[in-house]
Amino acid sequence: MTTHSAISATGLRKSFGDHVVLDGLDLDVAPGTVFSLLGANGAGKTTTVKLLSTLISADGGSARVAGHDVATEPDAVRASIGVTGQFSAVDNLLTGAENLRLMADLHHLGRADGRHRVADLLDRFDLTEAAGKPASTYSGGMRRRLDLAMTLVGSPRVIFLDEPTTGLDPRSRRGMWQIVRELVAEGVTIFLTTQYLEEADELADRIALIDHGRLVAEGTAAELKRRVPGGHVLLRFPDAPSLEAAARDLGQVTRDNDALALRVPSDGSVRALRDLLTRLADRAIEVDELSVHTPDLDDVFLALTGNPKDEKVAS
Amino acid sequence: MSTATQPLRFYPLRDSATMLRRNLKHMLRYPSMTVMLVGMPIVFLLLFVYVFGGTMGAGLGGESAGRAQYANYVAPAIILMTITATIQGTAISVAMDMAEGVIARFRTMHIARVSVLTGHVIGSMVQALISLAVVIGVALLVGFRPSAGVGEWLAATGFLLIVTFALVWLAVALGQVSKSVETASNLPMPLVLLPFLGSGFAPTDSMPAGLRWFAEYQPFTPIIETLRGLLMGQAIGANAWLALGWCAVIALGGYLWSKKLFNREFSG
Repeated sequence: MTTHSAISATGLRKSFGDHVVLDGLDLDVAPGTVFSLLGANGAGKTTTVKLLSTLISADGGSARVAGHDVATEPDAVRASIGVTGQFSAVDNLLTGAENLRLMADLHHLGRADGRHRVADLLDRFDLTEAAGKPASTYSGGMRRRLDLAMTLVGSPRVIFLDEPTTGLDPRSRRGMWQIVRELVAEGVTIFLTTQYLEEADELADRIALIDHGRLVAEGTAAELKRRVPGGHVLLRFPDAPSLEAAARDLGQVTRDNDALALRVPSDGSVRALRDLLTRLADRAIEVDELSVHTPDLDDVFLALTGNPKDEKVAS
Repeated sequence: MSTATQPLRFYPLRDSATMLRRNLKHMLRYPSMTVMLVGMPIVFLLLFVYVFGGTMGAGLGGESAGRAQYANYVAPAIILMTITATIQGTAISVAMDMAEGVIARFRTMHIARVSVLTGHVIGSMVQALISLAVVIGVALLVGFRPSAGVGEWLAATGFLLIVTFALVWLAVALGQVSKSVETASNLPMPLVLLPFLGSGFAPTDSMPAGLRWFAEYQPFTPIIETLRGLLMGQAIGANAWLALGWCAVIALGGYLWSKKLFNREFSG
Protein backbone atom coordinates (compact mmCIF):
# COMPACT_ATOMS: atom_id res chain seq x y z
CA MET A 1 0.00 0.00 0.00
CA THR A 2 2.75 2.36 1.01
CA THR A 3 4.80 1.88 -2.16
CA HIS A 4 1.90 3.09 -4.29
CA SER A 5 1.08 6.09 -2.13
CA ALA A 6 1.94 9.59 -3.25
CA ILE A 7 2.51 10.53 0.36
CA SER A 8 2.77 8.27 3.35
CA ALA A 9 3.84 8.99 6.90
CA THR A 10 4.16 6.82 9.96
CA GLY A 11 4.35 8.10 13.50
CA LEU A 12 5.67 11.57 12.60
CA ARG A 13 6.73 13.48 15.68
CA LYS A 14 8.03 17.01 16.01
CA SER A 15 8.56 19.26 19.01
CA PHE A 16 9.83 22.80 19.25
CA GLY A 17 11.40 22.93 22.70
CA ASP A 18 8.82 21.64 25.18
CA HIS A 19 5.99 22.25 22.76
CA VAL A 20 4.88 19.05 21.05
CA VAL A 21 3.52 20.02 17.64
CA LEU A 22 3.14 16.62 15.99
CA ASP A 23 2.45 13.66 18.22
CA GLY A 24 2.65 10.52 16.08
CA LEU A 25 0.98 11.43 12.80
CA ASP A 26 0.07 8.73 10.26
CA LEU A 27 -0.95 9.65 6.72
CA ASP A 28 -1.59 7.86 3.48
CA VAL A 29 -2.45 9.73 0.30
CA ALA A 30 -3.29 7.96 -2.96
CA PRO A 31 -1.81 9.41 -6.18
CA GLY A 32 -4.01 11.74 -8.17
CA THR A 33 -6.24 12.67 -5.25
CA VAL A 34 -6.79 15.70 -3.08
CA PHE A 35 -6.05 15.04 0.56
CA SER A 36 -7.03 17.74 3.00
CA LEU A 37 -5.54 18.22 6.41
CA LEU A 38 -8.07 20.19 8.36
CA GLY A 39 -7.44 21.82 11.68
CA ALA A 40 -7.47 25.02 13.72
CA ASN A 41 -4.49 27.37 13.94
CA GLY A 42 -1.68 25.68 15.82
CA ALA A 43 -3.00 22.17 15.25
CA GLY A 44 0.17 21.18 13.36
CA LYS A 45 -0.86 21.62 9.72
CA THR A 46 2.00 23.82 8.58
CA THR A 47 4.55 21.76 10.52
CA THR A 48 3.31 18.68 8.66
CA VAL A 49 3.79 20.43 5.31
CA LYS A 50 7.28 21.59 6.33
CA LEU A 51 8.25 18.05 7.31
CA LEU A 52 6.88 16.49 4.13
CA SER A 53 8.47 19.17 1.91
CA THR A 54 11.93 18.66 3.52
CA LEU A 55 12.06 22.12 5.10
CA ILE A 56 12.49 20.65 8.57
CA SER A 57 13.35 17.19 9.84
CA ALA A 58 11.20 15.02 12.08
CA ASP A 59 12.13 14.04 15.64
CA GLY A 60 10.62 10.61 15.05
CA GLY A 61 8.72 8.54 12.53
CA SER A 62 9.24 8.38 8.80
CA ALA A 63 7.65 9.74 5.66
CA ARG A 64 7.85 9.08 1.94
CA VAL A 65 6.79 11.51 -0.75
CA ALA A 66 6.58 10.50 -4.43
CA GLY A 67 8.32 7.27 -3.54
CA HIS A 68 11.29 8.84 -1.75
CA ASP A 69 12.16 9.02 1.91
CA VAL A 70 12.14 12.65 3.09
CA ALA A 71 14.98 12.08 5.56
CA THR A 72 17.40 10.09 3.39
CA GLU A 73 16.55 11.30 -0.13
CA PRO A 74 15.50 14.92 0.33
CA ASP A 75 16.81 15.95 -3.09
CA ALA A 76 14.71 13.34 -4.87
CA VAL A 77 11.67 14.53 -2.90
CA ARG A 78 12.42 18.17 -3.81
CA ALA A 79 12.68 17.22 -7.47
CA SER A 80 9.11 15.83 -7.40
CA ILE A 81 7.21 18.36 -5.31
CA GLY A 82 5.93 21.90 -5.44
CA VAL A 83 5.04 23.96 -2.40
CA THR A 84 2.73 26.93 -2.20
CA GLY A 85 1.69 28.26 1.11
CA GLN A 86 1.91 30.74 3.87
CA PHE A 87 5.67 30.43 4.07
CA SER A 88 6.43 29.83 0.41
CA ALA A 89 6.22 32.94 -1.67
CA VAL A 90 7.17 35.19 -4.51
CA ASP A 91 10.08 37.58 -5.02
CA ASN A 92 8.54 40.97 -4.36
CA LEU A 93 11.16 43.01 -6.21
CA LEU A 94 10.73 41.03 -9.42
CA THR A 95 7.78 41.27 -11.80
CA GLY A 96 5.33 38.41 -12.22
CA ALA A 97 6.95 37.33 -15.48
CA GLU A 98 10.45 37.57 -13.96
CA ASN A 99 9.37 35.42 -11.02
CA LEU A 100 8.16 32.74 -13.40
CA ARG A 101 11.28 33.03 -15.56
CA LEU A 102 13.39 32.63 -12.41
CA MET A 103 11.61 29.34 -11.75
CA ALA A 104 12.01 28.26 -15.38
CA ASP A 105 15.77 28.97 -15.15
CA LEU A 106 16.08 27.08 -11.87
CA HIS A 107 14.34 24.10 -13.46
CA HIS A 108 16.81 24.36 -16.34
CA LEU A 109 14.16 24.66 -18.99
CA GLY A 110 15.64 25.76 -22.28
CA ARG A 111 15.21 29.36 -23.38
CA ALA A 112 12.31 28.64 -25.76
CA ASP A 113 10.68 26.08 -23.47
CA GLY A 114 10.95 28.46 -20.56
CA ARG A 115 9.42 31.33 -22.49
CA HIS A 116 6.49 29.17 -23.58
CA ARG A 117 5.90 27.84 -20.10
CA VAL A 118 5.95 31.35 -18.61
CA ALA A 119 3.52 32.67 -21.23
CA ASP A 120 1.18 29.68 -20.75
CA LEU A 121 1.12 30.05 -16.98
CA LEU A 122 0.61 33.82 -17.11
CA ASP A 123 -2.32 33.23 -19.40
CA ARG A 124 -3.76 30.33 -17.42
CA PHE A 125 -3.60 32.25 -14.14
CA ASP A 126 -4.95 35.44 -15.66
CA LEU A 127 -1.75 37.37 -14.99
CA THR A 128 -0.76 38.37 -18.52
CA GLU A 129 -1.84 41.95 -18.00
CA ALA A 130 0.10 42.31 -14.75
CA ALA A 131 3.11 40.34 -15.98
CA GLY A 132 5.36 43.40 -16.18
CA LYS A 133 4.49 44.83 -12.76
CA PRO A 134 6.48 44.06 -9.59
CA ALA A 135 4.89 41.33 -7.45
CA SER A 136 4.85 43.76 -4.50
CA THR A 137 2.03 45.66 -6.24
CA TYR A 138 -0.16 42.56 -6.65
CA SER A 139 -3.41 42.00 -4.75
CA GLY A 140 -3.70 39.03 -2.39
CA GLY A 141 -5.49 36.90 -4.96
CA MET A 142 -2.95 37.72 -7.68
CA ARG A 143 -0.05 36.88 -5.39
CA ARG A 144 -1.51 33.48 -4.58
CA ARG A 145 -2.08 32.81 -8.25
CA LEU A 146 1.49 33.83 -9.08
CA ASP A 147 2.73 31.74 -6.17
CA LEU A 148 0.91 28.67 -7.46
CA ALA A 149 1.97 29.37 -11.05
CA MET A 150 5.62 29.43 -9.86
CA THR A 151 5.08 26.08 -8.17
CA LEU A 152 3.76 24.62 -11.44
CA VAL A 153 6.70 25.69 -13.61
CA GLY A 154 8.55 22.48 -12.74
CA SER A 155 5.49 20.26 -13.36
CA PRO A 156 5.57 18.69 -9.89
CA ARG A 157 3.77 15.39 -9.30
CA VAL A 158 2.89 16.23 -5.71
CA ILE A 159 1.80 19.71 -4.71
CA PHE A 160 1.52 20.99 -1.18
CA LEU A 161 -0.94 23.82 -0.74
CA ASP A 162 -0.67 25.27 2.73
CA GLU A 163 -3.82 27.29 3.41
CA PRO A 164 -3.96 28.50 -0.20
CA THR A 165 -7.08 30.61 0.28
CA THR A 166 -6.59 32.07 3.75
CA GLY A 167 -7.26 35.79 3.52
CA LEU A 168 -8.71 35.66 0.00
CA ASP A 169 -12.07 37.15 -0.96
CA PRO A 170 -14.81 34.66 -1.95
CA ARG A 171 -14.32 35.18 -5.67
CA SER A 172 -10.54 34.60 -5.58
CA ARG A 173 -11.18 31.57 -3.38
CA ARG A 174 -13.50 30.03 -5.95
CA GLY A 175 -10.95 30.76 -8.67
CA MET A 176 -8.30 28.94 -6.64
CA TRP A 177 -10.62 25.97 -6.15
CA GLN A 178 -11.18 25.76 -9.89
CA ILE A 179 -7.44 25.66 -10.47
CA VAL A 180 -7.02 22.89 -7.91
CA ARG A 181 -9.72 20.83 -9.63
CA GLU A 182 -7.97 21.27 -12.99
CA LEU A 183 -4.66 20.14 -11.51
CA VAL A 184 -6.21 17.00 -10.07
CA ALA A 185 -7.80 16.28 -13.44
CA GLU A 186 -4.25 16.27 -14.84
CA GLY A 187 -3.24 13.57 -12.37
CA VAL A 188 -1.38 15.67 -9.80
CA THR A 189 -1.62 14.71 -6.14
CA ILE A 190 -2.60 17.59 -3.88
CA PHE A 191 -1.95 17.84 -0.18
CA LEU A 192 -4.09 20.70 1.02
CA THR A 193 -4.20 22.19 4.47
CA THR A 194 -7.04 24.44 5.40
CA GLN A 195 -8.95 25.78 8.33
CA TYR A 196 -12.07 26.14 6.18
CA LEU A 197 -14.40 23.18 6.39
CA GLU A 198 -16.17 24.30 3.26
CA GLU A 199 -12.93 24.18 1.31
CA ALA A 200 -12.13 20.62 2.40
CA ASP A 201 -15.71 19.62 1.62
CA GLU A 202 -15.50 21.17 -1.87
CA LEU A 203 -12.14 19.83 -2.94
CA ALA A 204 -10.92 16.87 -0.96
CA ASP A 205 -11.29 13.20 -1.77
CA ARG A 206 -10.25 12.41 1.76
CA ILE A 207 -10.13 14.62 4.80
CA ALA A 208 -8.07 14.21 7.94
CA LEU A 209 -8.91 16.19 11.04
CA ILE A 210 -5.84 17.17 13.02
CA ASP A 211 -5.95 18.42 16.59
CA HIS A 212 -2.97 19.01 18.88
CA GLY A 213 -0.68 17.14 16.47
CA ARG A 214 -2.81 14.00 16.25
CA LEU A 215 -5.29 12.77 13.68
CA VAL A 216 -8.70 12.63 15.31
CA ALA A 217 -10.63 11.39 12.28
CA GLU A 218 -10.05 10.51 8.66
CA GLY A 219 -12.32 9.63 5.76
CA THR A 220 -14.36 11.10 2.94
CA ALA A 221 -16.51 14.12 3.76
CA ALA A 222 -19.59 11.88 3.71
CA GLU A 223 -17.99 9.35 6.06
CA LEU A 224 -17.03 12.03 8.50
CA LYS A 225 -20.48 13.60 8.47
CA ARG A 226 -22.05 10.22 9.16
CA ARG A 227 -20.02 9.95 12.32
CA VAL A 228 -21.86 12.86 13.85
CA PRO A 229 -25.56 12.92 14.71
CA GLY A 230 -27.38 16.19 14.14
CA GLY A 231 -29.39 15.78 10.92
CA HIS A 232 -32.91 17.09 11.34
CA VAL A 233 -35.92 18.69 9.66
CA LEU A 234 -37.13 22.02 10.96
CA LEU A 235 -40.91 22.58 10.67
CA ARG A 236 -42.55 25.95 11.25
CA PHE A 237 -46.29 26.18 11.97
CA PRO A 238 -48.79 29.00 11.48
CA ASP A 239 -50.27 28.74 15.01
CA ALA A 240 -49.88 27.07 18.41
CA PRO A 241 -52.63 24.42 17.91
CA SER A 242 -50.93 23.10 14.76
CA LEU A 243 -47.63 22.96 16.62
CA GLU A 244 -49.31 21.16 19.49
CA ALA A 245 -50.99 18.62 17.18
CA ALA A 246 -47.80 17.91 15.26
CA ALA A 247 -45.71 17.58 18.41
CA ARG A 248 -48.22 15.09 19.84
CA ASP A 249 -48.28 13.10 16.65
CA LEU A 250 -44.57 13.00 15.77
CA GLY A 251 -43.40 12.08 19.24
CA GLN A 252 -39.59 12.46 19.53
CA VAL A 253 -39.17 16.12 18.70
CA THR A 254 -37.63 19.25 20.09
CA ARG A 255 -40.11 22.11 20.50
CA ASP A 256 -39.57 25.79 20.18
CA ASN A 257 -42.88 27.33 21.31
CA ASP A 258 -41.86 30.94 20.70
CA ALA A 259 -40.87 30.30 17.09
CA LEU A 260 -43.74 27.85 16.59
CA ALA A 261 -41.14 25.38 15.33
CA LEU A 262 -40.36 21.70 15.72
CA ARG A 263 -37.04 19.94 15.21
CA VAL A 264 -37.62 16.43 13.92
CA PRO A 265 -34.59 14.07 13.75
CA SER A 266 -34.13 12.88 10.18
CA ASP A 267 -31.42 11.73 7.79
CA GLY A 268 -32.77 14.25 5.28
CA SER A 269 -33.50 11.63 2.57
CA VAL A 270 -36.37 12.19 0.12
CA ARG A 271 -38.20 9.10 1.41
CA ALA A 272 -38.05 10.33 5.02
CA LEU A 273 -39.31 13.75 3.95
CA ARG A 274 -42.13 12.28 1.91
CA ASP A 275 -43.21 10.09 4.85
CA LEU A 276 -43.13 13.06 7.17
CA LEU A 277 -45.16 15.31 4.86
CA THR A 278 -47.70 12.56 4.13
CA ARG A 279 -48.15 12.00 7.82
CA LEU A 280 -48.77 15.71 8.45
CA ALA A 281 -51.14 15.93 5.47
CA ASP A 282 -53.11 12.89 6.70
CA ARG A 283 -53.66 14.66 10.04
CA ALA A 284 -54.51 17.91 8.17
CA ILE A 285 -51.83 19.80 10.06
CA GLU A 286 -50.86 23.04 8.33
CA VAL A 287 -47.10 23.66 7.91
CA ASP A 288 -45.75 27.07 6.91
CA GLU A 289 -42.15 26.25 6.28
CA LEU A 290 -39.82 23.29 6.09
CA SER A 291 -36.05 23.17 6.04
CA VAL A 292 -33.62 20.24 6.01
CA HIS A 293 -30.39 20.31 8.02
CA THR A 294 -27.75 17.69 7.27
CA PRO A 295 -24.73 17.69 9.59
CA ASP A 296 -21.91 19.66 8.01
CA LEU A 297 -18.20 19.41 8.65
CA ASP A 298 -18.58 22.15 11.25
CA ASP A 299 -20.60 19.73 13.38
CA VAL A 300 -17.97 17.05 12.80
CA PHE A 301 -15.14 19.37 13.61
CA LEU A 302 -16.65 20.71 16.80
CA ALA A 303 -17.79 17.26 17.92
CA LEU A 304 -14.39 15.67 17.38
CA THR A 305 -12.03 18.38 18.49
CA GLY A 306 -13.94 19.46 21.58
CA ASN A 307 -14.07 22.99 22.84
CA PRO A 308 -13.02 25.37 20.08
CA LYS A 309 -11.95 27.95 22.67
CA ASP A 310 -9.07 25.70 23.76
CA GLU A 311 -7.77 25.82 20.21
CA LYS A 312 -7.51 29.54 20.18
CA VAL A 313 -5.46 29.52 23.37
CA ALA A 314 -3.17 26.86 21.95
CA SER A 315 -2.57 28.64 18.68
CA MET B 1 5.00 6.11 -8.19
CA SER B 2 8.36 5.41 -9.70
CA THR B 3 11.04 4.57 -7.19
CA ALA B 4 13.77 4.08 -9.78
CA THR B 5 16.80 5.98 -8.57
CA GLN B 6 18.06 8.08 -11.43
CA PRO B 7 21.07 10.14 -10.52
CA LEU B 8 19.95 13.66 -9.63
CA ARG B 9 22.25 16.24 -11.12
CA PHE B 10 23.05 19.63 -9.71
CA TYR B 11 24.01 22.66 -11.76
CA PRO B 12 25.77 25.02 -9.35
CA LEU B 13 27.18 27.31 -12.05
CA ARG B 14 23.92 27.63 -13.95
CA ASP B 15 21.94 28.16 -10.74
CA SER B 16 24.49 30.73 -9.51
CA ALA B 17 24.15 32.63 -12.78
CA THR B 18 20.36 32.60 -12.36
CA MET B 19 20.63 33.86 -8.79
CA LEU B 20 23.15 36.52 -9.87
CA ARG B 21 20.62 37.82 -12.41
CA ARG B 22 18.06 37.90 -9.61
CA ASN B 23 20.37 39.90 -7.33
CA LEU B 24 21.38 42.33 -10.07
CA LYS B 25 17.70 42.97 -10.79
CA HIS B 26 17.16 43.64 -7.08
CA MET B 27 19.92 46.26 -7.19
CA LEU B 28 18.34 47.92 -10.21
CA ARG B 29 14.90 47.94 -8.56
CA TYR B 30 16.27 49.25 -5.30
CA PRO B 31 18.90 51.78 -6.41
CA SER B 32 18.74 53.93 -3.27
CA MET B 33 20.81 51.35 -1.41
CA THR B 34 23.56 51.39 -4.06
CA VAL B 35 23.56 55.19 -4.06
CA MET B 36 23.77 55.32 -0.26
CA LEU B 37 26.58 52.79 -0.17
CA VAL B 38 28.73 54.67 -2.69
CA GLY B 39 27.80 58.00 -1.09
CA MET B 40 29.26 57.16 2.30
CA PRO B 41 32.92 56.75 1.25
CA ILE B 42 32.61 59.86 -0.94
CA VAL B 43 31.39 61.92 2.02
CA PHE B 44 34.29 60.60 4.11
CA LEU B 45 36.71 61.37 1.30
CA LEU B 46 35.52 64.99 1.02
CA LEU B 47 35.49 65.34 4.81
CA PHE B 48 39.02 64.06 5.24
CA VAL B 49 40.51 65.90 2.29
CA TYR B 50 38.83 69.30 2.73
CA VAL B 51 38.01 69.50 6.47
CA PHE B 52 40.89 67.60 8.09
CA GLY B 53 43.25 67.43 5.13
CA GLY B 54 45.24 70.61 5.75
CA THR B 55 45.99 69.84 9.40
CA MET B 56 46.45 66.09 8.94
CA GLY B 57 48.72 66.62 5.95
CA ALA B 58 50.94 68.95 7.99
CA GLY B 59 51.21 66.20 10.60
CA LEU B 60 52.55 63.72 8.07
CA GLY B 61 55.76 65.72 7.87
CA GLY B 62 58.10 65.99 4.93
CA GLU B 63 58.79 68.96 2.67
CA SER B 64 55.56 68.84 0.61
CA ALA B 65 53.30 68.25 3.63
CA GLY B 66 49.74 69.52 3.20
CA ARG B 67 46.26 68.77 1.86
CA ALA B 68 47.56 67.26 -1.38
CA GLN B 69 49.83 64.83 0.42
CA TYR B 70 47.05 63.81 2.79
CA ALA B 71 44.71 63.13 -0.15
CA ASN B 72 47.27 60.64 -1.39
CA TYR B 73 47.64 59.17 2.07
CA VAL B 74 43.94 58.76 2.82
CA ALA B 75 42.70 57.62 -0.63
CA PRO B 76 43.64 53.93 -0.19
CA ALA B 77 41.73 53.89 3.12
CA ILE B 78 38.70 55.46 1.45
CA ILE B 79 38.95 52.91 -1.35
CA LEU B 80 38.91 50.15 1.25
CA MET B 81 36.00 51.84 2.98
CA THR B 82 34.10 51.57 -0.32
CA ILE B 83 34.40 47.81 0.02
CA THR B 84 33.30 47.74 3.66
CA ALA B 85 30.31 49.94 2.79
CA THR B 86 29.37 47.54 -0.02
CA ILE B 87 29.51 44.53 2.26
CA GLN B 88 27.34 46.34 4.78
CA GLY B 89 24.80 46.44 1.95
CA THR B 90 25.44 42.73 1.33
CA ALA B 91 24.62 41.88 4.95
CA ILE B 92 21.45 43.99 4.77
CA SER B 93 20.22 42.48 1.51
CA VAL B 94 21.02 38.93 2.68
CA ALA B 95 19.08 39.53 5.91
CA MET B 96 16.17 41.01 3.94
CA ASP B 97 16.26 38.10 1.54
CA MET B 98 16.27 35.47 4.29
CA ALA B 99 13.11 37.02 5.71
CA GLU B 100 11.38 36.60 2.33
CA GLY B 101 9.19 33.60 1.68
CA VAL B 102 10.88 33.00 -1.65
CA ILE B 103 13.95 31.65 0.16
CA ALA B 104 11.72 28.97 1.74
CA ARG B 105 10.59 28.16 -1.79
CA PHE B 106 14.22 27.77 -2.93
CA ARG B 107 14.78 25.38 -0.02
CA THR B 108 12.01 23.09 -1.21
CA MET B 109 13.39 23.05 -4.76
CA HIS B 110 15.95 20.74 -6.27
CA ILE B 111 18.63 23.36 -6.92
CA ALA B 112 22.25 23.84 -5.93
CA ARG B 113 21.60 25.47 -2.57
CA VAL B 114 24.85 27.40 -2.45
CA SER B 115 23.71 29.33 -5.53
CA VAL B 116 21.42 31.44 -3.33
CA LEU B 117 24.58 32.65 -1.55
CA THR B 118 26.90 32.81 -4.55
CA GLY B 119 24.30 34.98 -6.30
CA HIS B 120 24.67 37.48 -3.47
CA VAL B 121 28.47 37.20 -3.43
CA ILE B 122 28.97 37.80 -7.15
CA GLY B 123 26.25 40.47 -7.19
CA SER B 124 28.02 42.33 -4.38
CA MET B 125 31.33 42.06 -6.20
CA VAL B 126 29.81 43.64 -9.28
CA GLN B 127 28.38 46.37 -7.08
CA ALA B 128 31.75 46.86 -5.36
CA LEU B 129 33.53 47.22 -8.73
CA ILE B 130 31.11 49.95 -9.82
CA SER B 131 31.39 51.75 -6.47
CA LEU B 132 35.18 51.50 -6.56
CA ALA B 133 35.28 53.05 -10.03
CA VAL B 134 33.09 55.94 -8.86
CA VAL B 135 35.01 56.54 -5.61
CA ILE B 136 38.43 56.35 -7.30
CA GLY B 137 37.11 58.77 -9.92
CA VAL B 138 36.05 61.28 -7.25
CA ALA B 139 39.35 60.78 -5.43
CA LEU B 140 41.24 61.67 -8.61
CA LEU B 141 39.09 64.80 -8.93
CA VAL B 142 39.90 65.98 -5.41
CA GLY B 143 43.64 65.60 -5.76
CA PHE B 144 44.56 61.93 -5.46
CA ARG B 145 47.66 61.52 -7.60
CA PRO B 146 48.68 57.84 -7.71
CA SER B 147 51.98 56.95 -9.36
CA ALA B 148 50.77 53.51 -10.47
CA GLY B 149 51.23 52.37 -14.05
CA VAL B 150 48.94 50.00 -15.94
CA GLY B 151 50.50 46.93 -14.33
CA GLU B 152 50.10 48.30 -10.81
CA TRP B 153 46.51 49.33 -11.51
CA LEU B 154 45.70 45.82 -12.73
CA ALA B 155 47.37 44.33 -9.68
CA ALA B 156 45.49 46.76 -7.43
CA THR B 157 42.17 45.86 -9.08
CA GLY B 158 42.84 42.16 -8.64
CA PHE B 159 43.86 42.74 -5.05
CA LEU B 160 40.70 44.75 -4.34
CA LEU B 161 38.59 41.96 -5.83
CA ILE B 162 40.26 39.43 -3.55
CA VAL B 163 39.62 41.64 -0.51
CA THR B 164 35.99 42.14 -1.61
CA PHE B 165 35.49 38.42 -2.16
CA ALA B 166 36.73 37.63 1.35
CA LEU B 167 34.73 40.35 3.12
CA VAL B 168 31.56 39.61 1.14
CA TRP B 169 31.55 35.99 2.31
CA LEU B 170 31.90 37.25 5.86
CA ALA B 171 29.01 39.67 5.25
CA VAL B 172 26.81 36.88 3.84
CA ALA B 173 27.31 35.02 7.12
CA LEU B 174 26.63 38.18 9.17
CA GLY B 175 23.46 38.82 7.17
CA GLN B 176 22.23 35.31 7.88
CA VAL B 177 23.07 35.36 11.56
CA SER B 178 21.08 38.61 11.97
CA LYS B 179 17.54 38.21 13.19
CA SER B 180 16.53 41.57 11.70
CA VAL B 181 17.59 44.02 9.04
CA GLU B 182 18.65 46.50 11.76
CA THR B 183 21.04 43.95 13.25
CA ALA B 184 22.34 43.18 9.78
CA SER B 185 23.23 46.83 9.20
CA ASN B 186 24.95 47.08 12.59
CA LEU B 187 26.93 43.84 12.64
CA PRO B 188 29.44 44.85 9.92
CA MET B 189 30.01 48.25 11.62
CA PRO B 190 33.31 47.12 13.23
CA LEU B 191 34.57 46.36 9.72
CA VAL B 192 33.71 49.89 8.66
CA LEU B 193 35.56 51.28 11.68
CA LEU B 194 38.64 49.04 11.48
CA PRO B 195 40.46 51.15 8.85
CA PHE B 196 40.37 54.03 11.38
CA LEU B 197 42.11 51.86 13.96
CA GLY B 198 44.87 50.99 11.53
CA SER B 199 47.14 52.82 9.16
CA GLY B 200 44.21 54.07 7.06
CA PHE B 201 43.92 57.66 8.26
CA ALA B 202 47.06 58.21 10.28
CA PRO B 203 50.42 56.44 10.51
CA THR B 204 50.41 53.82 13.29
CA ASP B 205 53.62 55.18 14.83
CA SER B 206 51.71 58.30 15.86
CA MET B 207 49.40 56.21 18.10
CA PRO B 208 49.74 55.30 21.81
CA ALA B 209 51.39 51.95 22.52
CA GLY B 210 48.33 49.69 23.06
CA LEU B 211 46.38 51.04 20.10
CA ARG B 212 49.51 50.99 17.98
CA TRP B 213 50.02 47.30 18.74
CA PHE B 214 46.40 46.57 17.71
CA ALA B 215 46.66 48.79 14.61
CA GLU B 216 49.77 47.03 13.39
CA TYR B 217 48.41 43.53 13.79
CA GLN B 218 44.84 43.92 12.58
CA PRO B 219 44.09 42.69 9.04
CA PHE B 220 43.23 46.07 7.54
CA THR B 221 46.68 47.55 8.06
CA PRO B 222 48.54 45.14 5.74
CA ILE B 223 45.62 45.41 3.29
CA ILE B 224 45.84 49.22 3.24
CA GLU B 225 49.65 49.16 3.10
CA THR B 226 49.57 46.74 0.14
CA LEU B 227 47.08 48.93 -1.70
CA ARG B 228 49.07 52.06 -0.84
CA GLY B 229 52.23 50.38 -2.05
CA LEU B 230 50.64 49.40 -5.37
CA LEU B 231 49.07 52.78 -6.04
CA MET B 232 51.71 55.12 -4.63
CA GLY B 233 54.78 53.14 -5.62
CA GLN B 234 55.95 52.50 -2.04
CA ALA B 235 57.64 49.39 -0.73
CA ILE B 236 55.10 46.65 0.10
CA GLY B 237 57.35 44.06 1.68
CA ALA B 238 55.64 41.33 3.69
CA ASN B 239 52.37 43.24 3.74
CA ALA B 240 51.15 41.63 0.50
CA TRP B 241 51.52 38.11 1.90
CA LEU B 242 50.00 39.12 5.22
CA ALA B 243 47.06 40.74 3.42
CA LEU B 244 46.47 37.76 1.13
CA GLY B 245 46.77 35.41 4.11
CA TRP B 246 44.15 37.39 6.02
CA CYS B 247 41.88 37.38 2.95
CA ALA B 248 42.22 33.61 2.58
CA VAL B 249 41.34 33.09 6.26
CA ILE B 250 38.40 35.52 6.14
CA ALA B 251 37.06 34.09 2.86
CA LEU B 252 37.27 30.48 4.01
CA GLY B 253 35.82 31.26 7.44
CA GLY B 254 33.03 33.36 5.93
CA TYR B 255 32.22 30.71 3.34
CA LEU B 256 32.09 27.82 5.82
CA TRP B 257 30.10 29.86 8.32
CA SER B 258 27.65 31.02 5.63
CA LYS B 259 27.14 27.51 4.34
CA LYS B 260 26.56 26.16 7.82
CA LEU B 261 24.05 28.92 8.56
CA PHE B 262 22.18 28.37 5.30
CA ASN B 263 21.89 24.63 5.88
CA ARG B 264 20.69 24.93 9.45
CA GLU B 265 17.13 23.95 10.22
CA PHE B 266 14.61 26.24 8.59
CA SER B 267 12.88 28.29 11.25
CA GLY B 268 10.73 30.69 9.26
